[in-house]
Amino acid sequence: MHALSVRKLTKVYANGVRALDGIDLEVETGDFFALLGPNGAGKTSLIGIVTSLVTKTGGDVRVFGHSLDRELNAVKNAIGVVPQELNVNLWDKVSNIVVNQAGFYGLTRARALARAEVCLRQLQLWDRRNDTARTLSGGMKRRLMIARALVHEPRLLILDEPTAGVDIEIRRSMWQFLRELNAGGTSIILTTHYLEEAETLCRHVAIIDRGRVIERGPMATVLTKLNEEVFLLTPREPVLALPTVPGFDVRLNGPLELEAALPRSRSVNELFAALSTVGVEITSLRNKANRLEELFLNLTERKDGLPGLKEPQAVSR
Amino acid sequence: MSLRQQFIALSTLVRREYYRVLRIWGQTILPPVINMALYFIIFGNLIGQRIGQMDGFDYKQYIAPGLIMMAVITNAYGNVVSSFFSSKINRHLEEMLVAPMANATIVLGHMAGGIVRGVAVGLAVTAVALLFTPLPFVHPLITISVFLLCASIFSLGGLINGIMAKNFDDVSIIPSFVLQPLTYLGGVFYSISLLPELAQQISRLNPILYVVNAFRYGMLGVSDVPIGTAYVMMVLCVAVLFSICVLMLNRGYRIRE
Repeated sequence: MHALSVRKLTKVYANGVRALDGIDLEVETGDFFALLGPNGAGKTSLIGIVTSLVTKTGGDVRVFGHSLDRELNAVKNAIGVVPQELNVNLWDKVSNIVVNQAGFYGLTRARALARAEVCLRQLQLWDRRNDTARTLSGGMKRRLMIARALVHEPRLLILDEPTAGVDIEIRRSMWQFLRELNAGGTSIILTTHYLEEAETLCRHVAIIDRGRVIERGPMATVLTKLNEEVFLLTPREPVLALPTVPGFDVRLNGPLELEAALPRSRSVNELFAALSTVGVEITSLRNKANRLEELFLNLTERKDGLPGLKEPQAVSR
Repeated sequence: MSLRQQFIALSTLVRREYYRVLRIWGQTILPPVINMALYFIIFGNLIGQRIGQMDGFDYKQYIAPGLIMMAVITNAYGNVVSSFFSSKINRHLEEMLVAPMANATIVLGHMAGGIVRGVAVGLAVTAVALLFTPLPFVHPLITISVFLLCASIFSLGGLINGIMAKNFDDVSIIPSFVLQPLTYLGGVFYSISLLPELAQQISRLNPILYVVNAFRYGMLGVSDVPIGTAYVMMVLCVAVLFSICVLMLNRGYRIRE
């Protein structure tokens, strides 16, 4: 059975924007699934429809076989959602937010209190349970939304950019938590701008652009579409004139920056070795563009750039 | 979701609203108490002494039921409109929308929250009124039922306002330009028998007139309108407003894209 099955899903907003243009999508039960795409691709509209916050224009949505149109309560019971935007009452206590959410799903008070404790402990928020939500840090607020989404024990957890704006340490602890949750049988759908996040966590991926699925399949298969990566390299000494680097396309952007295109078939080590032969030692490198952006550009052949993708991250040697 | 689970969801929402009223008691309970004391001092003691009696009652006694209803109306309405609109604008309304709560449960929960504040404020201002004038409570059951019906009507009115509001101006326009004039013209401070015939007929179109007079009948035993007509009007208002609220939520009016 599919955790999520979407057929010919369309969404046209009142202002005429066609956010979804006949999307077909299937997510297997127990899968960890990445939904990728630039800003405005239609990811949040898709999640909004599945969680019944957005009304669809056409198409069919089923969650664990339950129809969104005919068995809405069964669909709602099966899903936990962590939205992109903060949507907690900042003036309410952390424990109240989670306990009340359990009550809205019909859990008895005793059960709600017990489940809230489990979830808050899992997300390392138990010590802050009596504080108001506004006193939490950004990462804690994100974790609070995850605890709230899990309190009714959903079979499908949908996370819309859960680690956006979260520091790397918290991001990694959230990844570990989500892995364990998935290993426990919860199906997870994740949208993200970080390809590395999707690569680390997800087994399958669908890429959406302009309201259409442009690629889908196992993560490893989709990543083979990433033919080439472009790196910006920092030499130890200023380079005034760059000799030809054997086997690589390397350009000089300035005395302290080189640009190298690395085909998927070659390794970074090979590039460094080739640069050493011409007397250039590299101290750091970074992706010129986000790898996800490069993947998109490979898939869509768009030359206009993609909105909303994250800045490249430096890696020091 | 079973009926029992709907009841759990309802009691969760009512508890949340109840704690909200208590948490911000300085905004919810205290101002109407101070207002009530000022009304009694100015209209009751200072001006009321020159007015004398109305419908056979001391003026302070005559205006007390209307003033209590005015506090209930304002607070029941204000509680729901601000609670619902803030949850909409801050997006934590989504907590309820993603859960399998029936829309009728969401309406009932907010209505109950308005009643909680209306009752709390009503009891507080009644206590203040009793400091200034004795109130006989001639028909206690009518007094209590009108009290609850009034809070229900204006909670539902506040909810409609909250659902429709797009910004903070929309939240304040109705109370300032509709509710307050209707309340002042609804027989709080006078008997409509003092008005010319045409003005009396126009006043009878004002639903607040029925609430104020039914409550006055419960407390003092006098009313400008037949008590049966007042009950029909109030029950009808609750039924119509409740249906409108549920219909708006079912259609996702201004809450679902």
